[in-house]
Amino acid sequence: MFMFEKAVVGSRRYWIWIFCLLAVILAGLFAYLRQLSYGLGITGLSRDVIWGLYIAQFTFMVGVAASAVMVVLPYYLHNYKVFARVTILGEFLAISAVTMCGLFIFVDMGQPHRVLNVLLYPTLHSMMFWDMVSLGGYLLLNVIITLVTLSAEREDVAPPRWIKPVILLSIPWAISIHTVTAFLYSGLPGRSFWLTAIMAPRFLASAFAAGPALLILLCLAIRKLTRFDVGREPIQKLAVIVTYAMILTVFFFLLELFTTFYSRIPEDMVHFEYLLVGLQGYHALVPWMWSFIILAAISLTLLILPRTRHNESVLAASCIMVFVSLWIEKGVCQVIGGFIPAPLGNITEYAPTLPEVAIVVGIWAVGILMTTVFYKIALSVREGYDVAY
Amino acid sequence: MRIDRRTLLRLTGVSLLAVAGRKVASVLGAVVDSGASAAQPPARRWAMVIDLPKCLKEEGCTKCIAACHRLHNVPLITDSRHEVKWIWKAPFENVFPSQENAYITETLHGKQVPVFCNHCADPPCVRVCPTQATWKRRDGVVMMDWHRCIGCRYCMVACPYGSRSFNWVDPRPHLTQMNPDFPTRTKGVVEKCTLCYERLDKGQLPACVDACSEKAMVFGDLDDPKSEVRRLLEARYSIRRAPELGTQPEIYYLV
Repeated sequence: MFMFEKAVVGSRRYWIWIFCLLAVILAGLFAYLRQLSYGLGITGLSRDVIWGLYIAQFTFMVGVAASAVMVVLPYYLHNYKVFARVTILGEFLAISAVTMCGLFIFVDMGQPHRVLNVLLYPTLHSMMFWDMVSLGGYLLLNVIITLVTLSAEREDVAPPRWIKPVILLSIPWAISIHTVTAFLYSGLPGRSFWLTAIMAPRFLASAFAAGPALLILLCLAIRKLTRFDVGREPIQKLAVIVTYAMILTVFFFLLELFTTFYSRIPEDMVHFEYLLVGLQGYHALVPWMWSFIILAAISLTLLILPRTRHNESVLAASCIMVFVSLWIEKGVCQVIGGFIPAPLGNITEYAPTLPEVAIVVGIWAVGILMTTVFYKIALSVREGYDVAY
Repeated sequence: MRIDRRTLLRLTGVSLLAVAGRKVASVLGAVVDSGASAAQPPARRWAMVIDLPKCLKEEGCTKCIAACHRLHNVPLITDSRHEVKWIWKAPFENVFPSQENAYITETLHGKQVPVFCNHCADPPCVRVCPTQATWKRRDGVVMMDWHRCIGCRYCMVACPYGSRSFNWVDPRPHLTQMNPDFPTRTKGVVEKCTLCYERLDKGQLPACVDACSEKAMVFGDLDDPKSEVRRLLEARYSIRRAPELGTQPEIYYLV
């Protein structure tokens, strides 16, 4: 297989890490088999909270996948050489993230063995069909791009000319995956929490903050664990991207608050009320919502101030806060908050069950395992020596 | 000619892609054809008119619910999170939130109103379903194919009326009695009221209409100007659930 030989030689530390991940994946698989035999009733979902952690994680990971465009676009379209060393890392991260998306959708299906019905009966008026098309296409594009560019790099030759248009195509395609994912939500009558035209811009903005923040953290980790250093400049440039995207994210969020609370339309307000202060004595998501707000505020301040942004330790802390706060906003509040209260006004709260969490953690472990192996391959090829990590 | 391993793998990949491409093309062709060949009932516009004053006469009446759920093998699940229901009752204020009014008449205030699938003329559930497992018949019935449904629950998310139920667990152990003439469902699929299509096709009325001793539910064809439903809607003031969403519900409530 594709340069896979590079992934099966590694230090003791590398193998311990791999086996830990495999153990977590195995636990998730075991939990999934239980869900398969019992039904989705094993989760915390209900007839009111119809989608939960699985679909919320899916939504968040689509953003991480799309954010690769933040390194691909400057590097390939504007020939911005500073990103030469991080671009392949962004593309590999996208492949892992899209794979996680597929898995999150799959484990959410009530009848998973029928999932290919989506292709057997292609339904052009369903946004879910288009989501499958755009995510599948994005995965394919990134696999081809990484395969071809890395092979060329290994042979020490220039990549073939035909790959350039494929790379350029991947740029609007990245935007499309998160736009279509926003359309899953924003086109539904009666779900007023999501019925907003800035859903796609909001998704994209938070994706372009969370994804590059993760990339910064990965670059810093790689520098610590290996002899490979992407350098200071790309990290600082990524930090600027994270800062702007985070500013937009917070700005868009405030726009939603204004429209909702100045118009004072009850059906728009109830969802934000439930998230911000609780509704009729129900407030399971209030601590989450405020964690998002506080973490976003602190990280944004630290990112905007040049002194704290230039300090790499503080920057790492800011990036962790950005990632966690946006994971909460998108991976918890944005999806679940739309279901509470339900269309008939009743409130059913949601908390994931243990098997549900085990499945989610298992899928994250799959993504981390894939990223580990991909990065090992990429760094081994690039440096020409076996990276000891 | 020598073929090395790499070339062989490449050729295999290309061949597989070609086969897959042909399959996709034939499926797409079949989709275009299927509209013409499938047996369709005659075009109609089935609708239901619910006379609320009549319906509310007998408090706590559940005859329509019992008849429907018995006939269609709807399981009785006590955990409200996993409930499956085709027809049920909810407070007037929750069913008609746009009628919000603190001084509404005593006859309606807090009263339990029957609700079920609205068989919308422009159903969002049909629009979002990725497999056409739910679709609209020519006579207006919003149908559900339990054998094609992949259990993604997008239709439930799209329905503004909460009219759809998902089988979170295996429903069969929760059946107190079984009607052998109607299919039971499996876990992991969505279900809902299908306006008794199986009875309509035999020229019978929906079971809930038949079961109502007060004759509070009237069923008929809105395209027929002489029908009972048209006569009632012309004579009395009626409301529908969330008409502002443009889904065009075909269930009318006389107040």
